[in-house]
Amino acid sequence: MADLHQKSLLQLSKGLAAGDFTSVEVTSALLQRIASHNDTLNAFITVTAERALDAAKKADSERAAGNAGVLNGLPIVHKDIFCTRDVLTTCGSKMLENFVSPYDATVVERLQSAGAVMLGKANMDEFAMGSSNETSYFGNVHNPWGLDYSPGGSSGGSATAVAARLTPVATATDTGGSIRQPAALTGTVGFKPTYGRVSRYGMIAFASSLDQAGTITRTAEDAALMLGVMAGFDPRDSTSIERDVPDYLAGLGEPLKGLRVGIVKQHFDDGLEEHTGNAVKEALKVLESQGAVLVEVDLPNLDLSVPTYYVVAPAECSSNLSRFDGVRFGHRARDPQDLFDLYCRSRGEGFGAEVKRRIMTGTYVLSAGYYDAYYLQAQKVRQLIADDFKKAFKDVDVIAGPTTPTPAFKLGDKTDDPITMYLNDIYTIGANLAGLPGMSVPCGFVDSLPVGLHLVGPHFGEQVLLRAAHQYQQQTDWHEACPEDFK
Amino acid sequence: MRPLANRAVFFTSKTRARTVSLDKDQVQHIAVLARLKLADDEFAETVDKLSRIVDFVDQLSQASTTDVVPMAHPLHETQRLRADEVTEPNDRDHVQENAAAVADGLYLVPKVIE
Repeated sequence: MADLHQKSLLQLSKGLAAGDFTSVEVTSALLQRIASHNDTLNAFITVTAERALDAAKKADSERAAGNAGVLNGLPIVHKDIFCTRDVLTTCGSKMLENFVSPYDATVVERLQSAGAVMLGKANMDEFAMGSSNETSYFGNVHNPWGLDYSPGGSSGGSATAVAARLTPVATATDTGGSIRQPAALTGTVGFKPTYGRVSRYGMIAFASSLDQAGTITRTAEDAALMLGVMAGFDPRDSTSIERDVPDYLAGLGEPLKGLRVGIVKQHFDDGLEEHTGNAVKEALKVLESQGAVLVEVDLPNLDLSVPTYYVVAPAECSSNLSRFDGVRFGHRARDPQDLFDLYCRSRGEGFGAEVKRRIMTGTYVLSAGYYDAYYLQAQKVRQLIADDFKKAFKDVDVIAGPTTPTPAFKLGDKTDDPITMYLNDIYTIGANLAGLPGMSVPCGFVDSLPVGLHLVGPHFGEQVLLRAAHQYQQQTDWHEACPEDFK
Repeated sequence: MRPLANRAVFFTSKTRARTVSLDKDQVQHIAVLARLKLADDEFAETVDKLSRIVDFVDQLSQASTTDVVPMAHPLHETQRLRADEVTEPNDRDHVQENAAAVADGLYLVPKVIE
């Protein structure tokens, strides 16, 4: 059983059902790997070893009693943005360094009810604001494909844990690319569902009209398995969509013959690093060989997606993060002179530089005299971008292209200029602005660093995305590549 | 301190290339609105980086958006209302374990009224 850590969630599920191994064995093996590798990778903020072993024992006895849930005994890691009852939930911030959540996020609750065993909480950019995991108060995560490289962000800990085989799957969140970009940079599968498909309850809010929970896995099949448990209406999230959850695993085997794949010309212009572009073009050829038809589509307002995002997201963040006041939870400054001083110093000390910049950008674009010029204008451009996608999806079933302009960059390379960092999400942000599902699938390597193929679907097009990705993974083995030191 | 609103007139012109960089007073005013105390050594960097961000997002002013209705929800859903019923148990003591200062179930803050 030396290779338990190489198995996918579905493979582990079958092995547990067949009695080849127990949840306690799987859990112990992965906890051991986390103990040996986390000092090198810094992928975890909290490891919940004892709790995990207890849950594994419980899962094994439930299985023995014939009560195995769909994820019975299967290991999982949660991004530290999800509230976990009686477990530290930091959101990568000094502000919540000591915050022990009094309740579970709906995502956590659903996965737990299905029998999943939480191994720990993954490192992330502070409050999910960052594209390199370097804004985490708990230090940056290292990319297992090259330790001096960033794994991307904000779900860098989740992506690294999956890539380094410390867990088969992890939860993650995506506001502008925070699932898909780190997935691309670590050679994993990142899946962001349609806005409202998965409950945001208990997921610490960054930008509420953009935030969506999803997964990092190594296969599209595992993403489908996870989504089936995570998705669905939740009365506790006022933006949760009331819509039936299909069997996401059911349609994966359907061939791609006749699938119309949209290609956006601007995605392959000068901004895209040449070899990354070549890897993506090769992937498109594979899809073509499987019967897909490539169709050129136009998204004329796409170049405005990054500036639109950097008005809308900070505006919502400035509002959401006003709850951190030093009174009810979170960091509190010592010896405040008065209430105003308590607010200003608690927040000034508790938030890191990037979070403060985003709060201030948001405060500025929402302030009197600027609201129309920035915020309202951005919401109008956002509508134009969404309209472009809507028009494109009349002609195609999915849109395919690169997830990121380059493979992983070195730690420290992009920290000086916020704009350079923001442009990392140039291909992914559109899906968030329009509320569309998107995913990144490993499609090759450039100088031993992974490259991701980005797929975007229409609203509630999860099934077609998962099917395209699964069929692609039947023809390719990029997702099976494992970084040398983590085999 | 110069009121922020004085600069709004800037945005009536849509064609002029410009930079809208922020100055120290403006950044200080934004920090007060956002209830953020910036340390002296982070202030200069904040002015510089915030200016770059504002310059960057200012390209939105070039987009033609006449007659476009601003997006309110990506799926055009309306806000759902729930029945006015108690659904959550009272978990006050557990919730307040995360607060720095409480007494008798109340949150404590510095004196507001002298």
